Amino acid sequence: MKFGVVVFPGSNCDADCYNVIKDVLGQEAEYIWHKETSVLGYDALILPGGFSYGDYLRTGAIARFSPVMPAVIDFANQGGLLIGICNGFQILLEAGLLPGAMLRNRSLKFICDGVNLKVKRNDTAFSKLLQPSEIIRVPIAHGEGNYFCDEATLAELQRENRILFTYCNANGDEDMAFNPNGSVANIAGIINKQGNVLGMMPHPERCSEQILGGTDGYKIFASMLESFQEVGRK
Amino acid sequence: MFKANIYVTLKEGVLDPQGSAVRKSLHVLNYQAVNEVRIGKFIEVWLNAADADTARIELQEMSDKLLANPVIENYRVEMVEA
Repeated sequence: MKFGVVVFPGSNCDADCYNVIKDVLGQEAEYIWHKETSVLGYDALILPGGFSYGDYLRTGAIARFSPVMPAVIDFANQGGLLIGICNGFQILLEAGLLPGAMLRNRSLKFICDGVNLKVKRNDTAFSKLLQPSEIIRVPIAHGEGNYFCDEATLAELQRENRILFTYCNANGDEDMAFNPNGSVANIAGIINKQGNVLGMMPHPERCSEQILGGTDGYKIFASMLESFQEVGRK
Repeated sequence: MFKANIYVTLKEGVLDPQGSAVRKSLHVLNYQAVNEVRIGKFIEVWLNAADADTARIELQEMSDKLLANPVIENYRVEMVEA
């Protein structure tokens, strides 16, 4: 399986993602510079974390108009697996591939910490190797991860089961007290209607090897591989 | 050449952590009369256009596409003589 890691000026988690795909997952990985206009030949794309364009104007707002983005949007619309992590999630929101927007963290602080996430469903391409209601531990590192959407959008996300990860405590309680940034409904990650696009603020690429303190993040990338191989077997 | 001032403000009901931090700071400075502070953006754009109407339409397009995020923000374009 061939993964493309899109690199914007200011991306800084691109090498981490590349490393996980190539050396941990054992699959093909290539960087895609944001000036490219084609993503032909890739089976999955990763929009990595970082501070694309210095977060100028709004996080992700300028990256969303990078030359590579029309090809990324086409790829997603044709059902290609696309994961946006942290700044990548912010870019997906700006691009309209996922609904909502990011606000400054409620505390106004940049938060770099480990958090518990509740897996809301395991019948998606990104979570099939996780257990339903499993609590996974994944690091966050962001100043603007306070997910916002209007009530109608939230109701739609809930009705369509599109909230994949929520912030919780070690017992899985999704209380506001365990919400690090103020996100509505403790949302940490959502998928699109078709289920092939995931945006999440926490960083699975930072917990995909035991030496980094945990391997819960690995299961997300491994799920993508598993679902790609399943399609191939059919 | 035309000049426009574009005011981008948070929609009603959208939390503004920055504004509330500034409000608290104003209270510390003893401006107890301050009830609320909301922070937006002020953007100045200079552009060439055939006439003011064309310029305004273009500026609205720019605002919809990039300068403001319709999920959380409103904007107002004000044409200024250049």
